[in-house]
Amino acid sequence: MTYEHLTSWTTLIILGAFHGINPAMGWLFAVAQGLQEHRRSAVLRALGPLALGHALAIFTAILVAMIAGFTIPVHYLRWLVAAVLVGMGVRCLFRHSHLRWAGMRVGIGQLTLWSFLVASVHGAGVMVLPVFLRMSTAHASGGLTDNVSGMPAAAISATMLHAAAYLLVTAGTALLVFEKLGLGLLRKAWINLDLIWAAALAGTGVATLVM
Amino acid sequence: MATLRTALRPDPTFYPSPKMAMEAAPEKLAFVTLLNPKQDGQSDALALLDVDPSSPNFGQVVSETRMPFAGDELHHFGWNACSSCLCPYSPHPHMERRYLVVPGLRSSRIHIIDTKPDPRNPKLVKVIEPETVLKRTGYSRPHTSHCGPDGIYINAIGSSNADGPGGIFVMDPDTFEIKGRWEEDRGPQFLAYDFWWHLGHDTMITSEWGTPSMVEDGINPELLVAGKYGHALHVWDLRERRHQQVLDLGPEQQMVLELRPAHDPNKTYGFVGVVTSLKDLSSSIWLWYREGTNGSSSWKIRKVIEIPAEAADPEQLPPLLKGFKAVPPLVTDINLSLDDRFLYVSCWGTGELLQYDVSNPFQPTKAGSVKLGGIVRRQPHSSYPDVALNGGPQMVEISRDGKRVYLTNSLYRTWDEQFYPDGVRGWLAKLDVDPNSGMRLDPKLFVHFESMRPHQVRLEGGDSSSDSFCFS
Repeated sequence: MTYEHLTSWTTLIILGAFHGINPAMGWLFAVAQGLQEHRRSAVLRALGPLALGHALAIFTAILVAMIAGFTIPVHYLRWLVAAVLVGMGVRCLFRHSHLRWAGMRVGIGQLTLWSFLVASVHGAGVMVLPVFLRMSTAHASGGLTDNVSGMPAAAISATMLHAAAYLLVTAGTALLVFEKLGLGLLRKAWINLDLIWAAALAGTGVATLVM
Repeated sequence: MATLRTALRPDPTFYPSPKMAMEAAPEKLAFVTLLNPKQDGQSDALALLDVDPSSPNFGQVVSETRMPFAGDELHHFGWNACSSCLCPYSPHPHMERRYLVVPGLRSSRIHIIDTKPDPRNPKLVKVIEPETVLKRTGYSRPHTSHCGPDGIYINAIGSSNADGPGGIFVMDPDTFEIKGRWEEDRGPQFLAYDFWWHLGHDTMITSEWGTPSMVEDGINPELLVAGKYGHALHVWDLRERRHQQVLDLGPEQQMVLELRPAHDPNKTYGFVGVVTSLKDLSSSIWLWYREGTNGSSSWKIRKVIEIPAEAADPEQLPPLLKGFKAVPPLVTDINLSLDDRFLYVSCWGTGELLQYDVSNPFQPTKAGSVKLGGIVRRQPHSSYPDVALNGGPQMVEISRDGKRVYLTNSLYRTWDEQFYPDGVRGWLAKLDVDPNSGMRLDPKLFVHFESMRPHQVRLEGGDSSSDSFCFS
């Protein structure tokens, strides 16, 4: 394992944990499901769909970047990803994303779709892209188009690693709040992750350019 | 309108559950919409009332924000954001409860009022003209406003002309741009009045009054006798925005108005008030509830409270009622405490506020009564025993902790004149609630409005009809 690999994988895990700790990304929904049914199994049942939806969002972003990588040289792709990230970060400071169709009574499919959409509109997938670009370019200095054969495997492992970290933190937080801490926590401890989130988006955008 | 959102913690007035909201500190300020009943070119206003008992200005109007145009008929209003911002499927806890959305029921103009820069002097920051409301939604005469998890929901009782259908539209909570009509499929729904929801069950309930042409010039006795005013509730899929079910109370039940679903999002019942029965002029409270499990459930409705008319000397009755020799209770507003325990019922005709213990919603028990005003009784306030009051308890608002109740006495300009032809003189009263049951007038808080008529009261930080919750 090279140094590049190690830092990339660590970053993917940290980003997964960061996405997991955000109440807007799923754990709060899992707690709500538990409170509706007054049992822990409802919390646990929500975790699979949440993780799957999140993973799909990450994988979709990577897939889009890969397809773009066939036609756009990696140098420009970096600029594009950076611009999207900084743009989303700035928007995040001023506007809320309001999902219009969502509700409290959701089945497995709907919860998966919700998790996918919420991760996508908040830019969770795009946020992972710089790490993925770095992973791919570490192999081939010639750019993405020279390294197509190794990429699907890298895309899947990057997604799995990130989603595992997300699931672990989501599950831990949801159970801790459901069993021990209670909802009063929301009023005090729910710090404005949007600000940090915006900074993370913009920060990774800039990092894409300087890596 | 988009402001940089720098708040680090959630708005302290947002509560995950109604139980937690009951622990909120008592309100110090109240907002009251004031109607100018004289058609003299002067506008309506939003008054700010000091309700802090430790303040030297306790019980006084400390400011009045005038609307820019005359003839709005301010009625109900709501916040841009509330506890529903904590809902897990669309959380944005760092929004602020800051702007009041104040529609003009007659003008169709919508005012956005900023309460933040100077809390004691709210400022009008945006006006949405009636043409814009109509163009974006096809609706007119906006009425109730609720802060939903994904936007501000407003309903309207009319469409482009003075006819129906009335319906619901959505406003962006950041920009206050009107996004458009809410319904995907309205089914048989035509009349509108109030709406609210069971957020925990993705269900919306709407009620029925009449179209603008049926109400704006006063109550129409011919339509009333023919049972043409609203007599049904509508159940909707909140997420799919589709009509699901009609709950018909029968055409003798005329005007089905204020909806008070249980605040606990897990519960599946609520109360609605009926203004009058054609059979005996009684008013009634009905309970809607869901029967069966999720898979094969349906909503039902049944009468749980009946309030009879009181016999009266025709000499003391307005022309509209002389022939009946009775004064109808005219239940025009009801409100439910945040613990879903006490239901308050305003009898605008007889002049009485009733309190019911609805711990068992199917069998309410009467817990208290306070008489004020009334078509015949004209009951004075205990602190001003020589001043006969007209109007009666109408809009009723309960503090979050359930300990205080605020009442105002004006209904709707043209209807005020029909039931109180001597001209409703505006007043606002406050009551203190006994934690066990019962209530009494606060001798120190009673406001007489010289020329204006008060309608809905909203309390600083939220009250018992301003917020919806996703956690129980």
